[in-house]
Parts: sequence; C-alpha cells; structure tokens
Amino acid sequence: MRTHNQKAWFFVLPVLLLVAFNALIPMMTVVNYSVQETFGNNVFFWEGLRWFQELLNSDRFHAALGRQFLFTGIILAVEIPLGIIIALAMPRKGMWVPVCLVLMALPMLIPWNVVGAMWNIFTLPRIGMLGYFMNDVLGVHYDMTQNPTAAWITIVIMDVWHWTSLVVLLCYAGLVSIPDAYYQAAKIDGASGWAVFRHIQLPKMKQVLTIAILLRFMDSFNIYTEPFVLTGGGPGNSTTLLSIDLVKIALGQFDLGPAAAMSLIYFAVTLLVSWLFYTLMTKDDEP
Amino acid sequence: MKKRSLIPILYIAFLMLPIYWLVSMSFKTTNEILSGFSLFPRTFTLENYKVIFTDPTWYWGYINSIIYVSLNTVISICVALPAAYAFSRYRFLGDKQLFFWLLTNRMAPAAVFALPFFQLYSAVGLFDTHLAVALAHCLFNIPLAVWILEGFMRGVPKELDETAYVDGYSFPRFFVTIFLPSIKAGVGVAAFFCFMFSWVELLLAKTLTAVEAKPIAATMTKTASSAGYELGLLAAAGTLTIIPGAIVIYFVRNYIAKGFALGRV
Repeated sequence: MRTHNQKAWFFVLPVLLLVAFNALIPMMTVVNYSVQETFGNNVFFWEGLRWFQELLNSDRFHAALGRQFLFTGIILAVEIPLGIIIALAMPRKGMWVPVCLVLMALPMLIPWNVVGAMWNIFTLPRIGMLGYFMNDVLGVHYDMTQNPTAAWITIVIMDVWHWTSLVVLLCYAGLVSIPDAYYQAAKIDGASGWAVFRHIQLPKMKQVLTIAILLRFMDSFNIYTEPFVLTGGGPGNSTTLLSIDLVKIALGQFDLGPAAAMSLIYFAVTLLVSWLFYTLMTKDDEP
Repeated sequence: MKKRSLIPILYIAFLMLPIYWLVSMSFKTTNEILSGFSLFPRTFTLENYKVIFTDPTWYWGYINSIIYVSLNTVISICVALPAAYAFSRYRFLGDKQLFFWLLTNRMAPAAVFALPFFQLYSAVGLFDTHLAVALAHCLFNIPLAVWILEGFMRGVPKELDETAYVDGYSFPRFFVTIFLPSIKAGVGVAAFFCFMFSWVELLLAKTLTAVEAKPIAATMTKTASSAGYELGLLAAAGTLTIIPGAIVIYFVRNYIAKGFALGRV
C-alpha cells in the first residue's frame, strides 16, 4: 500500500515546473491569440469568440476534421489487428526474438521527415521502387501526386510501416507475461486456438492494448511531419489533415487568431476522445 | 519451419524494403537515380557520404542533433526519477489528477505549440541553443519517462526501502546505491524512449533553431529545396540518421518489450 505523504510534492516539483513552463505558458499564449485579431506589428484587437464561431461553421475546418477522423480510424482499424496477429505469430523464446524486436523497432527510430522523404522517393513513378513496380511491372496507374486515392493509400501504408511495430512490441510484451501453465491447462481442456486467444491471450493483452490504442490514437491524430513531407497535403486538399491545415493557417497565412482558436478546438477534441477511450477500456477494471 | 513464422518474416521484409531502397540509393549517383529504376547500384559510389563527412553544415547537423537529444534524455530521466518514485510510493493531494495532467501533454499536437514555443524561447533568450530544444522536448518526454519508470518502481517491493532505513541509509544514499540499480532496466527503457522521441521530432526542433543548433533533419529539408533534388545525398543523409537509433536499440533489445507493459494505465 502506498502511504500518505504530502512531502512527496517535493519529488514531483521539478517535473511540475518543467512541464508547466513548456505547457502552460504556450497554452496561455494560444488562448490569448484566440480571442484577438492582429495585423502585425504587435497590435492586437479584441475579438471575443468570433474565431471560434467562424471556425465551427467553416466548411474547411469540417473537411479537415473529417479527413483527420477518417485517417485515424483507418490507422487504428489496420494497425491494431495487424499488430496483434504479428505478435501472436512471433516466437516466444530463442535467438530470433531480439533480432525480430530490433528489426521491427527500426522504422520508429527514423526521424519523421526522413520517413516522409524516403516514402516520397520510394513511390515516385519510374524511379522509385514501389512506383516502378506498380506502374511498369503490374501496369497499374499509380501516381500519388495526381490521384487522391493513391495518395491516401500511400500515407496509410507509410503509417502502417512506421508504427505497427509499436503495437507488436506492446502486445508481445503482454503475451510473454502469460505463464506456460495457462497454455498447458488449455491444452488439457482441449481448448481451440480461438478459445485460447479469446479467454487467455486477449485478457492478458488488455492492459497493453489500452496503451497501444491510446498512443496510436494520440499520435495518428496529431500526425504532421510525415504526410506533410510525403504529399504536402495534396493533390488538391485531399490529404490535408488537421495539423497540416493548422500550420498552413498559422505560419503560411499568419492568421494567428483563427489558428489559435483551431489549436484549442483540436486539443479539446484529442483530449475528449482520449478520455472516452480511456474510460471505456478501463471501466470494468476497478470495482 | 512452422507456417506461422511466415507472418513475422513477411512483416519484417515489408519493413526492410523501403530501408533497403534508401540505403541502396545512397550508394548511387544522383544521375543514376534519376535515369531510371535499378535494384542495385550500377556505379557504386561513396561520393555522397564523402560530401556529408567533409561539409561542416552537414556533419554539424548530426552533432547538434546528438547534443540536444542527449541533453534531453539526461534532463528527462533526472527529473522523472524522483517524481516516479513519489507516484509509486506515496499518496498525496492531487496525485491522480497530476498524473493524468502529465499524460495529457503527450496529446497536444506539436503543431499547436510551434509558434508560442518560438516566442517563449526567444523571450528567455534561449532561441537557437541546444538547451532550448532539449527543454522543449521535455514536454512529451518527461510524462513518458515518469510513466515507464513508475511502472518499474512499483515492481520493487516496499520492504527494500524499509530495510534500507532500518540499516541506517540516508534517503539519497539509498536511492542511488540500492534503489537505482534495482530498476536499471527501467531507466534503460525510459532513456531509450526519450532518445527515440527526441531524435525523430522535427517540427519543434526546427522552429527553435536557426544556425547554431540546427538539427540534421532541418539541414536535409534545406538542401532539398535549395540545390534541387540531390537525391543521392539526401538518401545518404537519411541512412546516417538511422544509425544512432539502431545503436541505442541494440543496447536495450532485451528490455524494450517490457517498457510499456509495466506502466499503469
């Protein structure tokens, strides 16, 4: 049991100060901008809630938000089951385990803009490996700079390539913690492969799966660099996800007020959905 | 060979394909890359790497990145250790709320913070220093480090602390000589994830630097736009960015799977 001790606050203080410095001050700046209009030169005019109202009625924002939810939905629907399948198929012990883990973690360790750039070159028609294979070997017309569907497929495959390993690593960690005795008991009872999965492996993976889904949700919802480098949000606006649109407004057009209002709504949506996931997945954990 | 080991093999092959393409391209001349598809380099060249290792704007990019990433890892772990200890051992006013608030900082899109961060760090005179990037990356790395370390610390029985007090150890001495060694796997995993997330992040690192502390990833985007597409050079630079991560992961390969599994949800 943990003991009550208010002095523990002193242990937490450095973390609190550092994170507050990084989180609260910028957040206050954003809130401050979100209610003002500026034409440069540090001259600001009070605008009240105008930006929020405009944004909530703006088609552009709705479209970007819709694309963002679509992207995150596809990512979760593909990466979570795929990650579970791969984790289940991995060997539990032996010399190949560390080799597998290291190779699988490799894509996660590449800087995000390099990921975007390498996939961009990888998919170039004629000279990229995937582009060459699709266009010249299979004869499928594939060019993500012109075809929105191709662009979408490419960013989804890129993200699957980049992040499925996180789900695999987490699920695998949950799986190796299951004692052998459980499997032996299931064998004696004559349980089918599905029954073993449903009643032994899945419950044991629940905790790590919660973390995996939360992390994948947050990170895919906030994704910026990779799709920006890969497609630049194009062709047209077809892959302009929420954060790409946000940076376009904030740094491209320098509309600080609307961009700040958008940031706040964006953050609120992320927080709300994460909280929903969290409550739903942990609701039957504690009495 | 069993049929089901085919799945991981296929998956790893899929992962390695773009990486192979990048590496093989780094040994080609830009002309060869642009002239059409070739699976292996026809004229094997080390020219691209030579450019990177002789041009200071290139190799300083790597040095800058490594400086701020290491700095960030050290800061994150040092402040996260006592905090994680407090969360794992004590109950105090607002502990749950504080823990959740810490985690919410991972949810803030970096795009949201880019401009305010620029203003904040300019105001305190840290703009274009390694420290600025290292501190900014604390935003998402400290919560993660606290989360992972807390999980590992909860696995250490409380009797260890009590025995040490009875034996007359002072708290700092107990923490450093007894407690830390017993969670060194956790420290390794937390350091790995801090290193990883700081190494791969670009948006904040780019916003907070100009010349002196410019990260390698930013050097790459600049080169891409100014000198046309020097694809061979870009591929070589990209290949080199994989190496530090690969080295670090090799050291923690046996613990990496455990890292998150022990964290509390």
